[in-house]
Amino acid sequence: MFYDNKANRLRKEVLVRVARAFFTDQPDDTLNRIPLAMRPKRGESSRCCIYKDRAVLKYRCMAALGFSVENETDEMKPINEYYEEALQRKTPVKPVLTVIDEACSACVTTRYSATDACKGCLARSCESVCPKNAIEFYKGKAQINPDKCVNCGLCMKACPYHAIIRIPIPCEEACPVGAITKDEETGKEVIDHAKCIYCGKCLRECPFAAISDMSQMVDVLKQIELGYVVAMVAPSIIGQLPGTLKQLVSALQQVGFSDVVEVAEGADETTRHESAEWAEKMREGERFMTTSCCPAYIETVEKHLPEMRPFVSDTPTPMAYTASKVRKSNPEAVAVFIGPCIAKRVEADRNPEVDYVLTFEELGAMLVGAGIDVIECDETELHPGGHAEGRGFAASGGVTAAVKSLAPGDADLQPVLVDGIDRKSIRLMRSWVAKSCPGNFAEVMSCEGGCIAGPGTLGNPRLALKQLNMLVEESQPLAARQTQGEVQ
Amino acid sequence: MKKVNVTICTGTTCYLMGAANLLTLDEALDPCTREQVEFSGSHCLGLCTSEEHGKAPFVKVDGHVIADATLMKVQDKIREILDRGE
Repeated sequence: MFYDNKANRLRKEVLVRVARAFFTDQPDDTLNRIPLAMRPKRGESSRCCIYKDRAVLKYRCMAALGFSVENETDEMKPINEYYEEALQRKTPVKPVLTVIDEACSACVTTRYSATDACKGCLARSCESVCPKNAIEFYKGKAQINPDKCVNCGLCMKACPYHAIIRIPIPCEEACPVGAITKDEETGKEVIDHAKCIYCGKCLRECPFAAISDMSQMVDVLKQIELGYVVAMVAPSIIGQLPGTLKQLVSALQQVGFSDVVEVAEGADETTRHESAEWAEKMREGERFMTTSCCPAYIETVEKHLPEMRPFVSDTPTPMAYTASKVRKSNPEAVAVFIGPCIAKRVEADRNPEVDYVLTFEELGAMLVGAGIDVIECDETELHPGGHAEGRGFAASGGVTAAVKSLAPGDADLQPVLVDGIDRKSIRLMRSWVAKSCPGNFAEVMSCEGGCIAGPGTLGNPRLALKQLNMLVEESQPLAARQTQGEVQ
Repeated sequence: MKKVNVTICTGTTCYLMGAANLLTLDEALDPCTREQVEFSGSHCLGLCTSEEHGKAPFVKVDGHVIADATLMKVQDKIREILDRGE
C-alpha cells in the first residue's frame, strides 16, 4: 500500500526542518523554533489547540534527532540539547521505533459499535446472537455495553442493516506479530521489543503518526563533515527521488558522501551464492530454502518462527556483501546504507561493517536541507554498477528471478512467494515447516510489492516498479556473463 | 479548445513531500478530462523557498498555484477551470 496523507507529510516536514537547521548558522535556535514555526499563533491546529500540537511536535523532533520518546527524562529539556547530544554520540540509538505517547489518541478498545443506522427492528437478531447480553436498547436503538462485550463480532454479522461496525485499532491491526498493545493504565500503545520485527507497518498505519522511527540523519550529517563516508544505495532507490540514478549519484556527492556504491552489486553477489547454496541444498535432499535478504523476515524467524531457521539461506545479504567490499577498499570508511527499510537498522546493528542506515525519507530531507535539486545535477557514472539481477531485488519476485537465472540448467526451481508478511502468511510459513511447502525456493518479502514499497519510501510503488523494470531491462544481465564454471 | 496546463513541481522538496504520488494524476483523471489537460514537466518552481506560498508540494494549474497539493485538490481545480470555460 502507498501512503501520502497529512500524517505522513507532517513527519517528513519535521525531518526536513531538522535537516535545514543542521545547515544553518544557528541550528540551536532554528531547532527550538520548529514547533512554533509549524504551528504559529492564530494558525490552524490539528488537535485540541496549537499548544498540544507544539508539544507533540517537540517529541517528533526528538525522534527525528534519533531519540526514543519513551526515554524522556526532563520535559524542560529543549530540542537543541537533544541536538547537541546527537552530535556527540558515537553509535546510533536503539531500539529503532518509538511511540510518541502524546500523539497516540488511545483508540477505543471496544472494537464493535452500534451506529445510527440501527432501525430498532422487530427481529433484534443482534440481541439474540449476543452470548453476553451486551446489546442494550436505548430509545429503541441498539447500544453495545462495553463492560459486557467480548468483541466476538456476532452482532455485526447478524444485523441486516449493517448498523454495527467494527472499529479497528490501526497499529495493532497492522502488526503481523502482536508486538504493539495497549498499556492498560494509560490506554496508549506500547511496543514490545521482544516481539517487534521492525517491519514499520504500524508506523505507516497510525492515523495520528504516533509511531516514529528514530532517525540517524543527524549522525550521518556529522560523519560527512568529519571523514570518508560511503553511501550504499539500495536497488529500490529507483523512483524514490526525482532525476536519474546517475543524477542521484551526483546529488549524493554534493551533499558530501565521498563515494557512492550500488547495493545491487552486493545483490549480484548474493545471487551467485544463493543460487549455488540452493542447488547444493537440493542435492542434499532439503525440502525447500527461503531467502535471507529481508531483515524483517529474519526478525520474524528469530522471534516467531524458530522452526524455520534450518530452511533460511545462509547467504549474506546484499547490504552485507556491499559493506564488506566498502571496508576492504577503505578500512576507515563510514558505511551508510540508504534504503526503504527500518528493519535494516536492526541488521546493521548486528553487522560491524555497516555504520548507519538512512531511509529514502531521510535522504530526501538531507538533500532538501542542503538545498540540492536532483534534477539540476549532472550525471555521474557508477563503477562498476549493478547488473540486471541485483537491481531486480527491489521488487517482489526479483530475488527469485535472479537466483533462477544463475541456477544450474537442469535444476527444477519451483518458486513460492510471500509478498508481504502478515498474520496469515506467518501461519502459512509455519505450515511449510510442519507439513509441506508447495515449492522448493521461497522468497519472503515483509512489504507487499517488495522493497520499492517499504516504509521508508517516497515514491508511488506502481510508478517505481515501472521505472525499475526499465532500468533492469537496460542493465547487463549477470547470467549471460557467467559461465557455469564460475558458479561456486 | 485551449487545454488546461498542469505543472507538477519535481524539485526535491516537492517530490519528497508528495509530488512523487501526484505524478499518478495522469492515470487518475477520467479519459474525458485527460484529453483537455496538457502536462508540462517542471524543474523546481522555486515556490518552496519562502513560506508565503504555503507548503510543498506545489502544482500549477493554468498559472494558479496549489500549495500542499493532493490529487483531489488538483482535479478540483482542473474541473473548475473546464466548467468555467464551457
